[in-house]
Amino acid sequence: MTPLLQVQDLHVAYTSRAGKKIPALDGVSFDVRPGETLGILGESGSGKSTIASALLRLLPRNAEIQKGVVLFEGQNILAAEPRSLERVRGARLALIFQEPSLALHPTIRIGDQVQDVLAAHQSLSRGALKEKTGQLLREVFPVDAEIIADSYPHQLSGGQQQRVMIAQAIACWPSLIVADEPTASLDPTTQQDILSLFKTLQTKLNLSLILITHNPALLAGLADRVLVLYAGEIAEIGPAEKVLASPQHPYTRALLQSMPRGLDEPDQERKSQLPIIPGEAPNLASLANGCRFEPRCADRMELCFKREPKAVVLNGTHQVACFKYGE
Amino acid sequence: MEPLLIVENLKKCYGREGALRTRKEVAALQGVSFSISRASTLALVGESGSGKSTLAFCIACLERPTSGSIKFNGNELTALDGEQLREVRPQIQLVFQDPARSLNPRFSALEVVSEPLLVQGHLSKREREDRAHTLFAQVGIPKEKALQRAEEFSGGQRQRLAIARALALAPKLLILDEALSALDCSVQAQIANLLVELQSSLGLTYLFITHDFAMAGHLAEEIAVMEQGNLVELGAAEKVLQSPEHEITRRLLAATPRWSFAAHAAKVV
Repeated sequence: MTPLLQVQDLHVAYTSRAGKKIPALDGVSFDVRPGETLGILGESGSGKSTIASALLRLLPRNAEIQKGVVLFEGQNILAAEPRSLERVRGARLALIFQEPSLALHPTIRIGDQVQDVLAAHQSLSRGALKEKTGQLLREVFPVDAEIIADSYPHQLSGGQQQRVMIAQAIACWPSLIVADEPTASLDPTTQQDILSLFKTLQTKLNLSLILITHNPALLAGLADRVLVLYAGEIAEIGPAEKVLASPQHPYTRALLQSMPRGLDEPDQERKSQLPIIPGEAPNLASLANGCRFEPRCADRMELCFKREPKAVVLNGTHQVACFKYGE
Repeated sequence: MEPLLIVENLKKCYGREGALRTRKEVAALQGVSFSISRASTLALVGESGSGKSTLAFCIACLERPTSGSIKFNGNELTALDGEQLREVRPQIQLVFQDPARSLNPRFSALEVVSEPLLVQGHLSKREREDRAHTLFAQVGIPKEKALQRAEEFSGGQRQRLAIARALALAPKLLILDEALSALDCSVQAQIANLLVELQSSLGLTYLFITHDFAMAGHLAEEIAVMEQGNLVELGAAEKVLQSPEHEITRRLLAATPRWSFAAHAAKVV
């Protein structure tokens, strides 16, 4: 099957106030197939949100896409004219951000905000717009859709606001939704509701989904494949059950081991020291030559601080950038 | 020995302007009772709006409860005022969720940590700096960074600073209000380890407010679950996690994403 989205060798750098170029993404390549959910797992500063913005060329002014190709439905987004970019953004490829309260206009009624998305992309009569807006809201709010349409954002809870964002995202039948930490500000029950809503809509609309998060637990049971990002590079990418259940990259392994597991295995060792990853993520402004995880890695070898490892393919679908698996 | 903190039938109502200028009462706490033994941890779990933070603020003497009793280290907090409050408050300290917002970004690490000492006014400048450096060592902030501004620190280090600041006045009780939830997973583990270390070396008592049952089970001897201003379940951590009695606890547990792939894959379809 041809991938819906292909990202090849993407390089993005930010210019600091002092005029220094700081790399944020350094040669990132991956693809997303139709109907698939790709989870992008990364910690602060790994470049995960930069990916989301770069896909739609929504990066801030001080960012520069230095190199790379983003092929979406056959079109290179990075070289697209403004007009054709407009037809993709919000219509074929929609973005959902972490903080819905900041993404919604505070003084426009919800119904109108959803309707605006439709009006921007489709030429429909006023009646048809209204009708379609109602349908969309009913899709995400099985009850109370009418009341919600007449409300202002501040009258809604965080979960309800996120549902509105989802209604906007699916308004024009996109083929891909990129959700950047869509549930980070929600409590667990609401989080679960939103994630299952994604799942339902995905099947219904045959959507592809890129779910960006720092929490590996969210991806289990939701993502088909998982991409692990570390310091602007892909550490590991593969089927979710492989990456999450038997991680191969030392970073992924250490990350998963550092999580408390009081829930699954009754915690015999309460208050024991959790296995941690020592140190901090590298400063991207001053990178050394070797593997970016090397200073914190428990399995480091002599080779590791000399050169950067290239991705090695393990059993066809699982790629790991680590010298442990060959050069 | 008597528990450090005994809360009995605590109620807190907020008045609010309702429609047509009627005053409406919102009961944020509807009679909450529990206690925390010395040098132990109670985890407090509940959905947003269940009253967790109101409870924390009442205990920290930042809000006055409407009725009920809070006994801390033998003192009845609800009866105190003015000078007496000033003596008790340092012993109960808060650490908030997002250190980027709870610390003054323009303060140096040294200022962040020594400000509470300055406010109390018992120590000279020299003594305050010495105390600050002891605290840096305790929480793992390299002393070369003492003069760096708070905003220059990473998220995890900022939370270490927030903890150092909370410890400055040698408190007995630390209220950790979602203190780990804004941090990356690997940083969460580092800070959790620090909290465990500090608890055993300083004999601290923690009230750990969280959404994260796994972390609650790791850090706390007991877990309490709140719903709409009521404490609906309270028990030994393993009991609450493995055989929850109240429906809301079961619902919260079911909604908790599980990192272990096998356990989860079977559940979510």
